[in-house]
Amino acid sequence: MTLQGFTSAQANTDRGPRDIGQPIEEVRARLSQTWASQGGLWGWLTTVDHKIIGRRYIITAFVFLLLGGVLAAVMRAQLARPESGLISPDLYNQLFTMHGTTMMFLFAVPVMEAFAVYLVPLMVGTRNIAFPRLNAFSFYVYLFGGLMIWIAFALNIGPDIGWFAYVPLAGPEFSPGKRADIWAQMITFTEVAALATSVEIVVTVFKQRAPGMTLDRIPLFVWTQVVTAFMVIFAMPAVMTSSTLLILDRLVGTHFYNPAEGGDALLWQHLFWFFGHPEVYIIFIPATGMVSEIITTFTRRPVFGYLFLVLALIAVGFLSFGLWVHHMFVTGIAELGASYFTASSMLIAVPNGIQIFCWIATLWGGRPKFKTPLLFVIGFLIIFVLGGLTGVMLASVPLDTQVHDSYFVVAHFHYVLIGGAVFPLLGGVYYWFPKLTGRMLSERLGQWNFALAFVGFNVAFFPMHILGLAGMPRRIYTYPEASGWGTLNMIASIGAVVFALSFVLFLWNVMASLKRGAVAGDNPWDAPTLEWATTSPPPPQNFDRVPIVTSRYPLWRHPDTLPVGTGLALDTREIVLTTVVEGRADVRVTSPNPDIWPFITAVVVGVTFIGSIFNGWVALVGLVPIGIGLIGWGWPSGSVEDES
Amino acid sequence: MRRLLLAGLVALSLAACEREDREYRPDPIVTETPQKIALTTLSPGDTPPITDLSDMGAQYTANAYHVSQGKKWFSAFNCNGCHSNGGGGSGPPLMDDKWSYGGKIENIAQSIREGRPNGMPSWRGKITDEQIWELAAFVLSMSGNVTSDVANGRNDDMAGKPPENMTPQQPPQPGGQVPKSAESPQ
Amino acid sequence: MSWPEALDPKGPEADAVAGLIWSFTGLCAFIWVLVMVALAVALIRRHRQSEDPLAVTIGEERRVEWIVGGLAVLTGLIVIGLTFISYGAQARIFGLGGGDVAIDVIGHQWWWEVRYPSDTASATVVTANELHVPVGKLVRLRLTSTDVIHSFWVPSLIGKADLIPGRTNTLAFTADRPGVYAGQCAEFCGLQHTHMGIRVIAEDDADFTAWKAGQVAAAHEPATPAQAAGKAAFLSNPCVSCHAIRGTTAGGTLGPDLTHLASRTTIAAGTAELTRGTLAAWIADPQGMKPGTNMPTMKLSAADLNTLVDYLMGLK
Repeated sequence: MTLQGFTSAQANTDRGPRDIGQPIEEVRARLSQTWASQGGLWGWLTTVDHKIIGRRYIITAFVFLLLGGVLAAVMRAQLARPESGLISPDLYNQLFTMHGTTMMFLFAVPVMEAFAVYLVPLMVGTRNIAFPRLNAFSFYVYLFGGLMIWIAFALNIGPDIGWFAYVPLAGPEFSPGKRADIWAQMITFTEVAALATSVEIVVTVFKQRAPGMTLDRIPLFVWTQVVTAFMVIFAMPAVMTSSTLLILDRLVGTHFYNPAEGGDALLWQHLFWFFGHPEVYIIFIPATGMVSEIITTFTRRPVFGYLFLVLALIAVGFLSFGLWVHHMFVTGIAELGASYFTASSMLIAVPNGIQIFCWIATLWGGRPKFKTPLLFVIGFLIIFVLGGLTGVMLASVPLDTQVHDSYFVVAHFHYVLIGGAVFPLLGGVYYWFPKLTGRMLSERLGQWNFALAFVGFNVAFFPMHILGLAGMPRRIYTYPEASGWGTLNMIASIGAVVFALSFVLFLWNVMASLKRGAVAGDNPWDAPTLEWATTSPPPPQNFDRVPIVTSRYPLWRHPDTLPVGTGLALDTREIVLTTVVEGRADVRVTSPNPDIWPFITAVVVGVTFIGSIFNGWVALVGLVPIGIGLIGWGWPSGSVEDES
Repeated sequence: MRRLLLAGLVALSLAACEREDREYRPDPIVTETPQKIALTTLSPGDTPPITDLSDMGAQYTANAYHVSQGKKWFSAFNCNGCHSNGGGGSGPPLMDDKWSYGGKIENIAQSIREGRPNGMPSWRGKITDEQIWELAAFVLSMSGNVTSDVANGRNDDMAGKPPENMTPQQPPQPGGQVPKSAESPQ
Repeated sequence: MSWPEALDPKGPEADAVAGLIWSFTGLCAFIWVLVMVALAVALIRRHRQSEDPLAVTIGEERRVEWIVGGLAVLTGLIVIGLTFISYGAQARIFGLGGGDVAIDVIGHQWWWEVRYPSDTASATVVTANELHVPVGKLVRLRLTSTDVIHSFWVPSLIGKADLIPGRTNTLAFTADRPGVYAGQCAEFCGLQHTHMGIRVIAEDDADFTAWKAGQVAAAHEPATPAQAAGKAAFLSNPCVSCHAIRGTTAGGTLGPDLTHLASRTTIAAGTAELTRGTLAAWIADPQGMKPGTNMPTMKLSAADLNTLVDYLMGLK
């Protein structure tokens, strides 16, 4: 192990004894103690360890995936036969609203954030995420938002307005009661959580990389998470604005969406879709990062076209903000404007296509090892390309006038979301499960999982393209016998059953492997990125010694001994910050210790948000306890920060 | 402590269920619910007038769907032709605390059903009893006597007045006020 | 099984879109197949690989770079081509000026108010849930809503357009052969979005003129004692508060105009075909057929119900 010290000429001992080359076992023991979270309930509530929080995030997101999936299964049961009386219209409206809301706001974005929170610090070679207490806060806020809307659903206050809640239907006159307000406030919760994690990711990636990790040595997964984080920062405020204006209209009597008093029903659609379109790329882009990592590892060669892929990512990030009106092609907007959005919506196929070509080129040049993660990536390529091409079809205004708001669109977005995000995610779970838990998932069950998922998904969703062309609109709870849609709906429902079974298998695989899976070593896949340089699961401090990075693929460049640096404190939590572009070691700073204030603040924020659904004054009064929480959080801890 | 929490949760859940239920079909379908109502606060002796009320009204004033439907009927059946949006015109105002024939929901329902002297039509048989109750619940909300989580928000139309969910509560005062149109001489 | 309606066009506008769907589908399917073939070859081919994963041939990398770059440019060109094909179809559909028949369609929760405006007030046709159009003439619809956003979609004839409160949108189409074309509301509008169907009946000029004349006339008077009793029942029951029958004192505006109810083919916005039985079922319990609809369940005696149905079925 080559050592490179961080200490400047004048040894700074304000933070206690340092790692100056002691035996690695001693270093490991002391660091494990310093970075450990406490035990028991108190430890659970106060932890700031990104791995623990990341794991919680992942598990919670998967719970929401399963809940949302159950709703979908019930919907498919209702739609399997014409004029079925299984579900009443009111319940059905709640089902599809909760399904969409859960999947989009409580599963898809959070699970990608969750993997970022867990993996990004490991991949960039640092000890903890930036702003760890904000990380804890963000998880609690997300959890409370998800709990709020699901408990509301159980109490019959679940929203029934569709996951994008168009006004005037979601407005005060046509949506009586509190259902729409619960929905709008859930958005506030999840968007606060998303903004928090995005800020953390950006700062972690720009300032906390391991020394030597220049911008072009950053793993592609990390690039995707940075681009996504920036997209979240620009897109989420739009939906927070729109949902806040909706609550104001409903609670306080403003007229933002009231055409008779100077507002506009289309304002909602513009504000929402300005967020809504980048949202789907926020879900998709991290998945492309997972794909890149899996392909690299399982073809055992560097991914082709690193520069192309990064530039394509950034292009998609920018372009995705210019597409939103393609959701509004039939609202009667000016033709010229709509035409612009046709062009931009079609154009985004180019950077997405570049990514696909680069991946296929990597597969072409390497020797694929057909393990489950790669199987899911292959499934992704098959399904996502099809979905992307139906997206190109939908970009055309005249074509869209026929299939907008029909089952064709349902088929399209499930192809791109399940194919483009869920398949890579499942592959990512199979890939990173050994790192998170120290055990391998069963390969045999994994292959069955993939097969059932692939077949079930296609049987469920392909017929929907035809149903859409046959005139079946979205969000109907039944359809007449005479429509002729019965056969295809039945096929889709059967496919849905098979697809659901694949998730049962997945769950079984996870549960069984947690107890009886093969023990995984540090790097069971012989992968190149830094997270595989430490134990499985990683110790609390992530790395005993901070790695020095000399290549884009550190573990392939140094298969035997990874160069590391010494000099960080052993008894206080210290991390090294590096410069943004070149990754030169710059400053050492302390990382916060476990703290109860993020939890307290999250509870207070949660109570304020929920209370303000019923009474507007709570929002103002709640600022006081929130202020107290923030003061407690930010109270100086007395640590000495480095000057240089 | 646990029992208190449980009781609280049960109460919360029942309240939520009641408020949010979209009860589109009354069960059973009745033409008229018998209520024994007093139109005045006077009664011989020490005790107030004897009344016999079913609890119909409560189920309407606790349900946001019914109050919202009531608002729809108010303009559909042209109540605002005489009462404006509660401010009154040739009919008495409905958003104040003065009720000529009593301000409880049963009184209001009876006014709508029977009609009243000097211009209030009788709606019995011309709208269903359910609609009458929904209208009565809405009228009650105009004076802020329906809780703000159940009352309607603003119109998706021209704003005539502050929305009912922001109207301060004005409990009905006993004794009424003869509407201007009924004062003599004309 | 017949072709899906969007691919079975019955008018030139729908035909233009159908052509677009076919060409896009064909091209996109072809591209998908090509990508899948490339993927399959990439996975199956024999790979020579050294032990060191970082050992990549520079020459090989350069070659693949050129190929990927070229494919990216090709994608761009295809996309630009598709954009212009789309613009072409757009011009054919949206650039239509004039119009021989003007129809106002006003969306309600959960039915369609249909008006054929005229300079003479008495010649205005007011009906519900059904449009008649002459074959071969350009029909221009003016679309708006009184409550929430709806969407008018008859896939055989034209793509959809939204009915948005506070805006008036336009849709222009021609039916090029007689027939009955079904459509449905395509924007989620509440509890009974599912049962908000619309019918467009295309007929030749003579039939259309006759139909219009019939619609403009006042309601048929009762011809039998049963119908007379039915009319009396109509006027003394809640029916009269919401529905209008021109030629009687019923002038309600909340629900559909019933003046020529029996000339229409469906009941409750396409929920069922209009027959004595379905009409009776609808009146007896609308919440059973279309739960959540604004028509209340009324308590009617059997005699009243029978005579009502007799009367209404006579309103041709």
